[in-house]
Amino acid sequence: MSAHTFVEKVLARQAGRELSPGEIITVRPDRLLTHDNTADIARKFRKIGVRRVADPTMNVIVLDHVAPAANETYAANHRAIREFVAEQGIPAFYDVGAGICHQVLPEHGHAWPGAIIVGSDSHTPTYGAFGAFAAGIGRTEAAAVMATGSIWLRVPPSIKITIHGHLPPRVTPKDVILHIIGEIGADGATYQAVEFGGETVSAMSVAGRMVLANMAAEMGAKNAVIAPDEKTLAWLAPRLAAHDERSLAQLWAEVRPDDGASYARELHFDVSELPPQIAKPHTVDNVVPVTDVLGTKIDQALLGTCTNGRLEDLRIAAEILRGRHVHPGVRLLVLPASREVLLDALAEGLIRDLVAAGATLLNPGCGPCLGAHEGAMAPGEVTLSTANRNFKGRMGSQGAFIYLGSPATVAASALRGEISDPRAV
Amino acid sequence: MQTIITGRVWKYGDDVNTDVIFPGKYTYSLTEPQEMAAHALEDLDPAFAAQVQPGDIIVAGRNWGCGSSREQAVICLKAAGVGAIVARSFSRIYFRNCINHALPIVTCDAVDGVNSGDQITIDFAAGTVTTPQGVYTFPPLSPEARAILEDGGLIPHVRKQLGL
Repeated sequence: MSAHTFVEKVLARQAGRELSPGEIITVRPDRLLTHDNTADIARKFRKIGVRRVADPTMNVIVLDHVAPAANETYAANHRAIREFVAEQGIPAFYDVGAGICHQVLPEHGHAWPGAIIVGSDSHTPTYGAFGAFAAGIGRTEAAAVMATGSIWLRVPPSIKITIHGHLPPRVTPKDVILHIIGEIGADGATYQAVEFGGETVSAMSVAGRMVLANMAAEMGAKNAVIAPDEKTLAWLAPRLAAHDERSLAQLWAEVRPDDGASYARELHFDVSELPPQIAKPHTVDNVVPVTDVLGTKIDQALLGTCTNGRLEDLRIAAEILRGRHVHPGVRLLVLPASREVLLDALAEGLIRDLVAAGATLLNPGCGPCLGAHEGAMAPGEVTLSTANRNFKGRMGSQGAFIYLGSPATVAASALRGEISDPRAV
Repeated sequence: MQTIITGRVWKYGDDVNTDVIFPGKYTYSLTEPQEMAAHALEDLDPAFAAQVQPGDIIVAGRNWGCGSSREQAVICLKAAGVGAIVARSFSRIYFRNCINHALPIVTCDAVDGVNSGDQITIDFAAGTVTTPQGVYTFPPLSPEARAILEDGGLIPHVRKQLGL
């Protein structure tokens, strides 16, 4: 047996033979994620002409993108999804308010080491933070998975990214991944698998590692993975009925990358002196240190999304804003990533601190990230967001400007009314 | 599937993302391909939707179709009549979405040899793109992808597989 990367090993388990990059294999995913796009996927599924989904327990459906419904069209869309769920007997359905799919799946035991997960959403690679193989697919492809229970995948070459150094105060995993994307570019990992490691990643929380995997999509990666450790297994074990920490460790042992595996590229980053990072409009790889854009006036600040809506994100924002008030010219929108995050934040008093400081609390969900509701932008307006995309037109107007930064940078900037350095507030 | 396509070029740059190909604000409100076609490339090139002709070919730089997995970014171009997309590289999900909707795509550097409005010819059997500046070659698609394209997209392909 030769040495193999994670992705070669995880796919080989289903292929039943050793695999090399470039080979195409057919796999049976453990989970298929779909969200508000399930109504359209169900239409495509019916066009295929199959009556029943191949395996109802494979499907996980989360209503998060425009939830609650913004108007009658969206409402009818949601209703069609609820009807499809009932008709097909799909047990894993999470209705409005549960949260963003990429938070809900791991919280509810739908991601684990070695799992193969495909989803009709480009940020599906997030589950790599739990040692899963997770990749985004299109709607028609999701319909075909529903019908057949299988999908073809090309075994990708892998990139190994090792991150060194202790992060300075108020510099976060978001700054690390923005920096990396700025360095390697929006297509730096296209059609490739990414393995993140190094002492900086080991020191990160589970939430921080999810930020890395989530944003690997912004460098074009097919999937990203981070080796689960005791922290990951302790987070997962209570959520997976059939497993404990020992059996989860065993699952990882079966797919962990071998020493001596062959990588297309091996990259090293030292973040011990990294300043907070900002992605300027209109591409995610347009990255500069925050000090380059200090003083840029903002109209809206967004704290949330599948990238940065977790407890530690709300915590650092509350730490900065507690007992102070958001600048009068700024609308600060806060969206916890899930009901669980919201409940934890309530229990810790974080929501009280943020709302008292002038934040507008929105329900767990995708909110304004895709420009459909709850904080769309007018021409000429500027939003600083913790999201993962700043493409032109994404949040409503094509004449608006989206900057991306960490939760700490968003909180500091909301306080000052302009892009500000979180180390200085 | 036609093996030779000739068409007029619309030339674009690098990293054209799915938000500018098909804005996210329409992803749940527009469901008909012709409605989608009216908004194709709206935030990149407002002239495109009004002036595109059936058989036109998009020629672009690196990373065409990066960003969201939204399939409408393929469907809107197909419905607008685009005959093929030629790019230096494609984002992975966009690539699959094109195959699944039987929109022919070619990975090569033809963008170096064209201007908007040029006529170019793609020969899929020979693996060549002929432009006014020269001929560019491209590798064949995998047999799996070719089979889906030749069946007219993933839905007819799966129906055939399932004997429907």
